[in-house]
Amino acid sequence: MPPANDAVALVELTGVDRTYQLGEVQVNALRDVRLLINRGDYLSVVGASGSGKSTLLNVLGLLDRPTKGEYWLEGRDVAALDEGERAALRGKRIGFVFQAFHLLPNRTVLENVTVSMLYNGVPRNEREPRAMEALDRVGLGHRIGFKPGRLSGGERQRVAIARAIVSRPALLLSDEPTGNLDSETSESILALFDELRADGLTLVVVTHDSNVSSHAARSVFMQDGRLLDGSRNG
Amino acid sequence: MDDTPVRTRMSIRDLIAEATAGLFARPGRTFLTVLGTVLGIGALVATLGVAKTAGNQIVGTFSELSATSVVVSSDRGFFGQQAPRIFIPWDAEDRISRLNGVVAAGSMASVQVGNDLTRSVPINDPLGQTEFQIPMIAASPGLLGAVRGSLATGRWFDSGHSERSDRVAVLGRGAAQKLNVVRVDQQPVIFVGESSFVVIGLLADVDRQSELLNAVIIPEGTAREYYDLETPESVQIDTEIGAASLIASQAAIALSPNDPALLRVQKPPEREDLRRQAEESVNALFLVLGGISLLVGAIGIANVTLVSVLERVGEIGLRRALGAARRHIAAQFLLESTGMGLAGGIIGTSLGVLVVVIIAATRTWTPVLDPWVPLAAPAVGASTGLVAGVYPALRAARLEPVDALRSGS
Repeated sequence: MPPANDAVALVELTGVDRTYQLGEVQVNALRDVRLLINRGDYLSVVGASGSGKSTLLNVLGLLDRPTKGEYWLEGRDVAALDEGERAALRGKRIGFVFQAFHLLPNRTVLENVTVSMLYNGVPRNEREPRAMEALDRVGLGHRIGFKPGRLSGGERQRVAIARAIVSRPALLLSDEPTGNLDSETSESILALFDELRADGLTLVVVTHDSNVSSHAARSVFMQDGRLLDGSRNG
Repeated sequence: MDDTPVRTRMSIRDLIAEATAGLFARPGRTFLTVLGTVLGIGALVATLGVAKTAGNQIVGTFSELSATSVVVSSDRGFFGQQAPRIFIPWDAEDRISRLNGVVAAGSMASVQVGNDLTRSVPINDPLGQTEFQIPMIAASPGLLGAVRGSLATGRWFDSGHSERSDRVAVLGRGAAQKLNVVRVDQQPVIFVGESSFVVIGLLADVDRQSELLNAVIIPEGTAREYYDLETPESVQIDTEIGAASLIASQAAIALSPNDPALLRVQKPPEREDLRRQAEESVNALFLVLGGISLLVGAIGIANVTLVSVLERVGEIGLRRALGAARRHIAAQFLLESTGMGLAGGIIGTSLGVLVVVIIAATRTWTPVLDPWVPLAAPAVGASTGLVAGVYPALRAARLEPVDALRSGS
């Protein structure tokens, strides 16, 4: 593995296609996508629903693999990795924040964060201190014993963010992070994203909300699986 | 490849912790699911224990008396009418007594008295019945010892009585009661038809051949003389402990050297045979029932685990996104179902042992259980859970993380 220096782009997609077979119909979710993300970038992907932005996020997050094309993550060709390797890399280098939070309803807030360190080799005795630290970072240090059912929507998303950042990922991927939140709460979550970015985290946010994309340093548009770059650069 | 650092590793301890948390997330449902296995394992353990206990008990009760009894008879059996009649010799008692290991031997035969009724010295009681149909049995002198009989009063006849064809009789307890004979010191006389017999003794009890207690017993010589008895019907043999099998194999040859196979020899069942028979009779049915409830329990676990997989699709997607490999997902659900099976096995074993103890206590038996049963039963429960979890675990592992995250909430 080459040294993770700043000269290498964090993410480099070249000529990526992703096609699905839906019955008789072939769906081209991604067509010839080319994308460069540097460390510390804050990128928003904007587009209508069905434009392929979620597929792009899944490919970036190693949840899905391109049908064609190259994907380099931190200088490593990850398109060629097998499933087990991609799962391991996912656990170590990528954090996810979902629209639906995906918290475990029967586990405490603290456990919902430590679950993130089950599969990526963090020693057991380090997990709780790190989870506490991450919860403090998102402003939920006082809620560690609560079950998610007793939290507000904004608090739940903060737990999810703590879970995503506790493994110190290289890349944080977020799919409509404010889709289930009211505007005021959305604003606080976006402010948290700004802080995380200021700490040096690389963020990719998929959204159709222009308010969300306005926080990003850079926006790209997707249409029919094609990436239309050339918006403003921050 | 598995050792390369890029692979995900998960410690067994973490896996157990996750599976346990999964089980306790829905304690009520887990408990109900476990019940099926509890019943199955409980039934199996209780069955094995009760069978063992009962088998042990049966052997303990009957062994001393039955293990020393051998009966040789000339009856040809229900379907044996075509077989040639074999005569047991009149000196059967002497022939058998010579065998090493025989404590006592005696022959006996029922005597045909036709319609002759038996009465004691007439008492004029117009209301009471004074004449009875009482069976008559001819016996050799050694029979009293061979059936372990005891006399209430008087004496048993000896070979002299038999040789002289003396008209003497010993009354069984029941017969004596009917005939109102309570003492023999004044030599009471009874009449069988028109023949008279002097009562010389009263039989108090016998351990074998209890028909003697309701009979008029006369010497064999007397029966030959007055009733044309042709042959003894059976020879009762009381053996030393452990000698029964040997005596059984020798007795027929001693009595009928030419055709020993035509005599029927009843010997006590071997100890182990008896124990096994008792266990098998209890086992067969209940083991099947226990097996069925175990199967039902397994189906229950499979069902609930499958439902739980479907409910937790979102969780599965999340864990995959957090770096879990397919095998971690499969292992977690397998461990959950195995845990349910193990819990059911442990609870079921405890209940089964309790049932054995309670049944034994109510009958004042000694509870007996093979030591491997309570050790193996929880393992059987765990394997049931393991097998039941295979399909749901594979279903969970096969889920694509993208689909799981999209459909789950």
